[in-house]
This record gives sequence, C-alpha cells and structure tokens, in this order.
Amino acid sequence: MSGYGLMPFRFARFDDARTIVVNEAGEHHFLANEDLSRLVMHELPGGDETFLDLKAKHFLFDSDSLAPFELLATKIRSKKAFLDGFTSLHIFVISLRCEHSCHYCQVSRVSSDRRRYDMSEETARRALDLAFRSPAPRLKIELQGGEPLLHFERVSQIVEEAEHRAEEQDREVEVVVTSNLAMLDDDMLAFFRDHGVSLSTSIDGPEELHNANRPRPGNDSHAKAIDGIRRAREALGHDRVAALMTATRASLQCPEAIVSEYVRLGFSSIFLRPLSPYGFALRSVRTTGYSMREFLDFYVRALDAILTVNRNGTYLAETYAQLLLTRMLTPFATGYVDLQSPAGAGIGAVVYNYDGDVYASDESRMLAEMGDTRFRLGNVQSDSYEAIFGGETLRKIVAASVAESIPGCADCAFLPWCGADPVHHYATTGDVVPHIPGSDFHEKNFFIFKHLLSLYERDPAIRRIFWSWIRNEAVQSEEVA
Amino acid sequence: MRLHEIAHVEDVDRQLIGRVARTALAAGRADSFLLIENDAPSVDPAGYLGILAFGDASVVAGTPIARGLRHLGYLDDGDVVAVDPNGFVRVLYRRASRHNFILVTEQCNSLCLMCSQPPKAIDDSHRLAEHLRLIDLIDPLTEELGITGGEPTLLRDGFLQLIARCRERLPATALHVLTNGRLFFYRTFAEKLGAIAHPDLVLGIPLYSDIDTHHDHIVQASGAFEQTVIGLQNLDRYDVRVEIRVVLHALSIPRLPQLANFIARNFPFASHIALMGLEMFGLVHKNLNQLWIDPADYQQELREAAGILVNAGMNVSIYNHQLCVLDRRLWPLARKSISDWKNVYLPECDGCDALDRCGGFFQSGTRIRSAHIHPLNTSGGRAV
Repeated sequence: MSGYGLMPFRFARFDDARTIVVNEAGEHHFLANEDLSRLVMHELPGGDETFLDLKAKHFLFDSDSLAPFELLATKIRSKKAFLDGFTSLHIFVISLRCEHSCHYCQVSRVSSDRRRYDMSEETARRALDLAFRSPAPRLKIELQGGEPLLHFERVSQIVEEAEHRAEEQDREVEVVVTSNLAMLDDDMLAFFRDHGVSLSTSIDGPEELHNANRPRPGNDSHAKAIDGIRRAREALGHDRVAALMTATRASLQCPEAIVSEYVRLGFSSIFLRPLSPYGFALRSVRTTGYSMREFLDFYVRALDAILTVNRNGTYLAETYAQLLLTRMLTPFATGYVDLQSPAGAGIGAVVYNYDGDVYASDESRMLAEMGDTRFRLGNVQSDSYEAIFGGETLRKIVAASVAESIPGCADCAFLPWCGADPVHHYATTGDVVPHIPGSDFHEKNFFIFKHLLSLYERDPAIRRIFWSWIRNEAVQSEEVA
Repeated sequence: MRLHEIAHVEDVDRQLIGRVARTALAAGRADSFLLIENDAPSVDPAGYLGILAFGDASVVAGTPIARGLRHLGYLDDGDVVAVDPNGFVRVLYRRASRHNFILVTEQCNSLCLMCSQPPKAIDDSHRLAEHLRLIDLIDPLTEELGITGGEPTLLRDGFLQLIARCRERLPATALHVLTNGRLFFYRTFAEKLGAIAHPDLVLGIPLYSDIDTHHDHIVQASGAFEQTVIGLQNLDRYDVRVEIRVVLHALSIPRLPQLANFIARNFPFASHIALMGLEMFGLVHKNLNQLWIDPADYQQELREAAGILVNAGMNVSIYNHQLCVLDRRLWPLARKSISDWKNVYLPECDGCDALDRCGGFFQSGTRIRSAHIHPLNTSGGRAV
C-alpha cells in the first residue's frame, strides 16, 4: 500500500500546545496540535519519529502486514478480560443493624430488632447457592452490613459453608468481612484466622474527625477501630486488614492530617472516596455534602501529601489512582464495578440483601431502601439463577452501561480508561444514561485522568512512585527506573 | 577450551556417540567410551562402545578406538563424545558445565547483520538422530541445556521431536531454545509445541525494533517482524514461555526506549528480557560500519529502556557488558553471561576490583571494544 491508514483512536486537547491521542487499547501519545491535523490529513512523513511512534503504538499502519491488527486485537481483548468469568464478587448484607450512626451512611439502622433486619440462615444458604452457580473461577465473598459482627452466627455459617462448597467444587473462594471492628472479640478473630478471612474497615482520619464522622455511643469509634486493627493484624497478619475513608465536608479541610493518620497506622494504601449520593447520605447533604469541585481540590491536596510520603521512602498507594494508572499505563484488564464498560453491576458484583432481595450493586439496594426498587434483580427465595442473572432488569442495566455507545463518552479520549455507572447516573439525574456536560461522574474521572497524566509527565520521581503502585510494591530499583 | 580434535581411529565404521567413563563400569558399557590416560589399560575393554586414548594404547582388535588425543584431557565421567569414522572427535556435552547446548542445524531463514554463527545453506537434517541420541545420554541431573542453531525450528517436526525427547528423558533439565520464533507465526506449530507441555522450557526470541522495517533490515529478512511478533503471541496462547532478546548496536539503540515500551505493552507475558551487548564474531565484522556504537555512548538509551521494563515489572537482564562502561545504576541488572570457555579480561583491566562481578570480554572479541575500558575502584574510586 502507499501512504498510511488510521487505526481507531480518540483525542482531546491536553494543554495549549499538545493533544493527547488514545487508541482503542488505551495506549496514549502526546502530539503537537499541528501534528494531529497532519496525522488525520495523511500528511505525516513516513520516516518522521512521530510517525514511527504512532505506528509502533498502533495508531496507524502502512503495510499489508497482519501484525498491527493482530497485536491491537489482542490488546483490546486483554483490556476487556475483566468480563471473563462473569460475576465474581458476591456481597452479603448480613444485617442492616449497626451500633454506629454515621452521617453519611446510606442504610444502616440502630435497632435491636433482629428478626426484622438480620439475614436468615435459609436466605444465606440460598444466596450461596446462587453465588456458587457463577462461572467465575475465583469467587470473592464480602460480608457487610450494617455491622456484620452484630450477627456473627450468620457470618460463621456463610464462611463455613462457602469453604465447604469451595472444597467440593475445587474452586478458590476469598472471604472479606467489612466491619467497623468495634464489636470484634477474640473468638471472632480466632475464627477469622482459622478460616483465612480478611477484614476491611473504615478510618476517616485523625480521632476527632473520625469520631465526628462516625458517631457511636461513647464517642469512641476511632479508638475501637484502631484497637481492632492492632488485634486483627496480630491475629491474621499485617496485610489482612485494609481500611478506606469517606470524605465529608469536615474532611475536605484536612487532607494532610488524614494521610498522616494512614501512615501512622502503618497502612500501605489509602482510598480517597467521595460521599455516595445515596440513601441517608443524600438527605444529609447540607451538613456533610460538597460539590465535586471541592472534592477534587481535596483529592489533589491529599494526593500531593501521599506522594510526599512516598518520596520520603514510605510506600503508600492511593487506591483510585492505582486503579486508573494501571488502566492507563499497562496492557492489563482492571475490573472495577463502578468504573468499567459495561458496568460491573450484576455481571461483576451482586448484592444479596438481608431480606433475600438481590441487587445489581450496593448502590442499587440503597436506592431500594429509599423506595426505588428498579435495580432489584429478584429474590433468593423466589427466583432462579437464570431469572436473576439473565433477566430483563440486568440486561437493561448492562446495555445502558456500554460507554462506547453513550453520547459524550463514545468520543471521549479517555473512554478506554473509563466506564459508566448506570445506578449512579440514575440516582443523580433520574436517567441511567448520563448527561455528560453536567455529570459529576464525568467531572471527577476526566479531571483525575488529566491530573494523573500531568503529574506523570512532569516528574520522573512521581513516575517511579506511580509505577510502584501499579506493581503494588515499594520502589526497588529506584535508580534504574 | 577446545571442544574437538582429530584422533587416529581404528574400527570406527560409523559415527559413535557415547558417554565418557574414566573408571571401569559394571553396567552400561555399550553406551560408553572407556577413557585411557596411559598406554596400558588396566581394565578389560570388552563390551565398551569404544576407547578414547591419550597415549598410543593398543587394544583388542575389533574394539573401536580413537587414540592420540591431546586436548580433551578435561573429559570426565558422564561427558558425551562423538567419534566419526574420519577421526573427528567432538565433545557434545560436559557434565560439569552449565553451558551445554545442542546445535540443531546450521541453516537459518534469517541472516542477521550481527550473526555470531553465520548459517550455512546445507541440509544437515540427518543430524537429528545424533541429537536424539545425545539427549538419551545426557545426565538427567543436568540443570540446564541449550537448543540452538542456525534456526532449530527449521527441522519442524524434528524440532518438536527433540523437545518431546527432552521432556521424556530430561524432565528435570531446564531447556533454553534460541529461535527467531518466525515459524510460530503458524498457529498449529505453536500449538504442537505447547501440547508437549515441557515443564521447564523457555524460547529466547530476538526482537530488535518496534518498527517492522527496522527489524527486517537487521535480520535481513522481509516479513520477519510480522512472523516473530505473531509467533510470540501464538506461543503465549499455548502457554509456551518466551524470553525476548535485544542485541544492542547502532541500528537498535535509537528506538530502544520505544522498543521497551512496545515489549511491555504487547508482550507483558515475556518471562525475561535480555538486553545484550554485541558479540564480536561472525558477520558482525563485515557489517561493523552499520553496527558499531561504543557502549559508553548508549548508556542513556539503555537506562531509559531498562527503566521502562523494570517499572512495568518485567524481569530484565543486561548481558555482555563490561561494568566499567555500564551506568552504575544498571549494575543490579548486569549478568556475567559469557560462557565459561570464552571470557577473558584485558591489560586495561589490571587493578580493577570489580572483575569478579564483570562479564569481561569474549575471547575472540577483544579487538573492537569500547574506548572507555578502565579499571574500577568500587570502594570509592573513579566515577563511571
């Protein structure tokens, strides 16, 4: 052939002088603005370094060779590999009861009505039947609440039955319990140790902030959590306890102090999460809420503080950046139910509520608690696996979440790194399809992609840190890279 | 160390391949050459495949003998030797060495500008039987065995037979195959290799550029890039482990960082990436004006490329570099890779305190070398 042909890519103006182009497999390249015009007008000279760079990254081809198509096809297939195996994360809402009354909590109840808010033995068993119908080679079972430790009997039943079934079917099953740790006793720890269970908890920051965000009788949530973390690390191993934070209005003022608290507590990662627009959280938006712009300012400051920690020799990854960077800089697939295309609702993760109702996501059941059950897929007692996972409700959710077909997403440069979250879009706008110009979801992700790229471009030291997060290990050959 | 010499032979009417036995064997004589140091054997030669003699031993007529050997005194129990009817004695395998390899064929479908063992257009496919016999005789405790050429896959089914035989006879021996990978463009060939399911097999496959025409020029074969990159993918598809080997020279250096990125993006499954200094033999001399670049002048590109690969979590080694011209930040990646029988040091190396960590030079490749070779004082001396 003479000249060259273009392979599929998207682009966006990055700064005054440069345009970023991103191909279908998520590989990116920076072009001088005028080179973008030359590229699409088929005017780039063949021997040019820019031409060669774009050819090597599969933005263009200049021969009849199969190689660029085969390689690109493989890369695209690899990037979508998170779809393999179908639903792998199965979330069980053990009880809606909780002794905390966090302002931002979506659904929990302070109640002693066990019959009303606890998952029954039979419901748990039926939910396990469904979970083990999933074709996923590795299952992850997450037990949450409310506070699951308030209904430990159900926790132990599910862990033991899951273990038994996994052994029978020769499958790998990982169990994580999400807990505030306040009720964690030594018998529970021994049980978790014996059954290889990991823990996930909440640390919002220093004591004062944490306790303000997470009230409980005695106002001692922070002390209880820290004590729980210490004991759990001793019993289960340091890495078996993870923590995440939720940013409230009060948090926005002190990103540095929050990061320092994570360092002080010896965590190797911190997940900077904005409030969810669901459940009780939406109602208390005036006291705890903020705009996405304010959150992003917080995110930038916190990320700076985290980078400083890493520069000073302590490994601390920001979980969201770690996820996005892996998408941007590596050929590997990264499923994340709230940010993938199609979304992970139902096909990546599913929620079995305490009452047996099955939801496409945690957010779906929170909407249901507010009276909107449109994302309810069925009930473990009355519906079959086929009806729940192959039914009309889930098909519609999945179809609405293919970002490649969403106006405003379809031609966004960052699409290959991004995704859609129909439940979020519905909760915030009343439509499962986002309206991109006003979307907080878009505002957040578009900004963070650009911010991470700017940091990566600017500073070799940051580049090393980002890569260490991607590898999930402290910087080793610091001097080489 | 010489691996062959001419002996005087009697009663050798066909090629004989056998193990060396320095001491009398009770069993397995039919597979073994008895090795005799002095003139008079103190043992009965009956039943042996033949005799290897350093003196002028005379033995029972009818027993094959190769006598008058002078250079192969290092031969020891378990080594494997071939004796041809014309007196040519070759050492095929040394049990004490970590660098044993089978040179499968001298034919090749590429003609790399820097080839260290230029191919010959001869049909040597009949040697397959010799290779299979050798595999039967190699000590099963051997840790590692190389399969090289020429291009070993040109034997097609013969190549697959070799790998299958290794799996059968040498299941604990790591196999390292040097191939250009081009024939794995054909998916069924990769599938057949995968189906052998060798427990410890790596294919070392060279890739010299992220640009097809550049690679094809370096290997002097049009279409080679397409075949190799699709071959790499096919091998991964059938779970065959691959190593990617990049020879560093004036044609591969300019886009080395881009090549590193290309590898990390397209072949993240590669178990090892070897960045290799130029070996100064074979065709390299003929093409020196195209290829030569002083290693001291490409440290920036090398460091950038190595950094990209290390960042991406790939397993990277740097071969064939003298430490005194290697950026000190790259030292953790440097390996002493030159086979034990061909590395040497130079007068310029006198007084260097890093020799024990340095790969030194190929014996036959010291004439053309970096202008920056110098002794190091690693305990705080001259900076690199």
